[in-house]
Amino acid sequence: MSEILSRSRAVVLGVVGVALLLGAWDLYAAFGPDEGVRAGGETYLLPRADDTTMPHTWDVVRRLGEPVNAVPGAPDVLRAVVDASTFTLAIAARGFVVGVLVGLVLALVMSRFRIAESALLPWIVLSQTVPLIALAPVVRRWGSQIEIAGQQWTNDQSVAVIAAYLAFFPVAVGALRGLKAPDRTHVDLFHAYGVGWWRGLLALRLPSSVPYLLPALRLAAASAVIGTIVAEVSLGLKGGIGRMFIDYTTTATSDPAKSFAPILGAIAVGLVAAAVVGLIGLLLRPYRPAEATR
Amino acid sequence: MTDLEKHPTPPASTGGFATPPAIEVRAVERVFGKRRKQVVALAAVDLTVAAGEFVSLIGPSGCGKSTLLRLVADLDTPTAGDVAVFGKPARQARADQDYGIAFQQAGLLPWRTVAANVGLPLELHGASGSERKARVAELLELVGLADFARSRPDQLSGGMQQRVAIARALAERPRLLLMDEPFGALDEITRERMQNELVRICRETGAAVLFVTHSIPEAVFLSDRVVVMSARPGRIVDIVDVPGSSHHRTDDVRDDAGFFHAVATVRGHLHGAPTDAAPGSDTR
Repeated sequence: MSEILSRSRAVVLGVVGVALLLGAWDLYAAFGPDEGVRAGGETYLLPRADDTTMPHTWDVVRRLGEPVNAVPGAPDVLRAVVDASTFTLAIAARGFVVGVLVGLVLALVMSRFRIAESALLPWIVLSQTVPLIALAPVVRRWGSQIEIAGQQWTNDQSVAVIAAYLAFFPVAVGALRGLKAPDRTHVDLFHAYGVGWWRGLLALRLPSSVPYLLPALRLAAASAVIGTIVAEVSLGLKGGIGRMFIDYTTTATSDPAKSFAPILGAIAVGLVAAAVVGLIGLLLRPYRPAEATR
Repeated sequence: MTDLEKHPTPPASTGGFATPPAIEVRAVERVFGKRRKQVVALAAVDLTVAAGEFVSLIGPSGCGKSTLLRLVADLDTPTAGDVAVFGKPARQARADQDYGIAFQQAGLLPWRTVAANVGLPLELHGASGSERKARVAELLELVGLADFARSRPDQLSGGMQQRVAIARALAERPRLLLMDEPFGALDEITRERMQNELVRICRETGAAVLFVTHSIPEAVFLSDRVVVMSARPGRIVDIVDVPGSSHHRTDDVRDDAGFFHAVATVRGHLHGAPTDAAPGSDTR
């Protein structure tokens, strides 16, 4: 009973929070100074509030229902955004799955062999300091050399690889911590049982790593989405949200409401990714006693 | 007495010539660290625990009692000397699952039900499902938790969790139980009840027990012999015989004169002044 209450409380608070933000936006767009407030020359203290800079939320929503452009038979904006979001989400999902698998394997190897941890962990940390836009062309160039079973390497595969490159990191680090986390008593107990590494992994280390793994998966999902969108932009891959940002901002002055549509798409992709991880967490609920007994 | 616990081999009578002792520790030494930072945890320890015998290790923190238990369990290896369990090297005995073990922390896997926790060693060692189910039911009956088979460990009190841990330690019918302060985290009332239960369980299973504790009355109440240890370096000061069989203790024993005498003797050894020493001998 109290759980239902606290759940619905959370939902109400969430809705109120979003509504407050949107309300603040619309209030400022309606009553804020069109030219903004400047200090001296170019420094804005308050942003411009004209319709080009800050379209009203209802204008953005209305624009969703209208055709993308004047071309006869053009789909409406909502349709286009949904398609682009699905495209991006599919690539992000591939990147997420590959990244999680790679991260888990790395964590397993590092937890098994101390020397592997000393050898790999610094490189894993270093790998995240490489800027994405520097990485993207390299991945594409290397990918273009690859041909598997007559299938040419495609650009969307490059994008998925970059998403995976971002997603594997939190998983590798989080899972490594989790795999080393079991209680001393449990470790002694399993040692006393004389079970091998593999059985110990399945019965003890993997289950007890779950509380560390879930936040890592959450980070990985967010990273996969961001990585996909950024890589779409820097590789110029058509069909996804990333490219849509570029395309729609070219008409920002004449059609400002339209350029906000891809942002909504990106938010939707992020929410779906978060929901998927939430579902994984629900499936793994027995393995997170600390949270489950709240 | 319930008749649920049918032991495959009858409890070995102490002194039976064919049975090797449950534990035989010879000239064992354990040194931690290297060079100047060396700490001698155990020095020149000799101890024999007969089959079916209950022996407690007692002493101040750092006297090496837990270390000694870990050596017997092969969770640690001695720097020098030999540890034999049922006549085998400790490593072999561990591989053969000759002992059951319980720690101060119950150490239940929180994602498993009580029944699945008790059945864990059976599952890890490949017992069949039906065999496991029957054994788990039997064990839960033995520790009085049959109604909690499907509960999760975090739904149980500390005492109940520890009972589950003891049931788990007994799962493979070991002839030796190693217990490292299993009641250390329990309140006094629960603790005495658990001690009574342990006496009953030992009587029904006939297992030998090596029991580490901080509590003098607990050691005396449970044991046939109490091994008193001292620290720096960890060594055995004396071994106190407790009158009467450990299998037939009841709460009445706690008020018995013999019990008090044994408690006083152990306390005397722990404080470095034997009670039967001549007056004034401790003023040196």
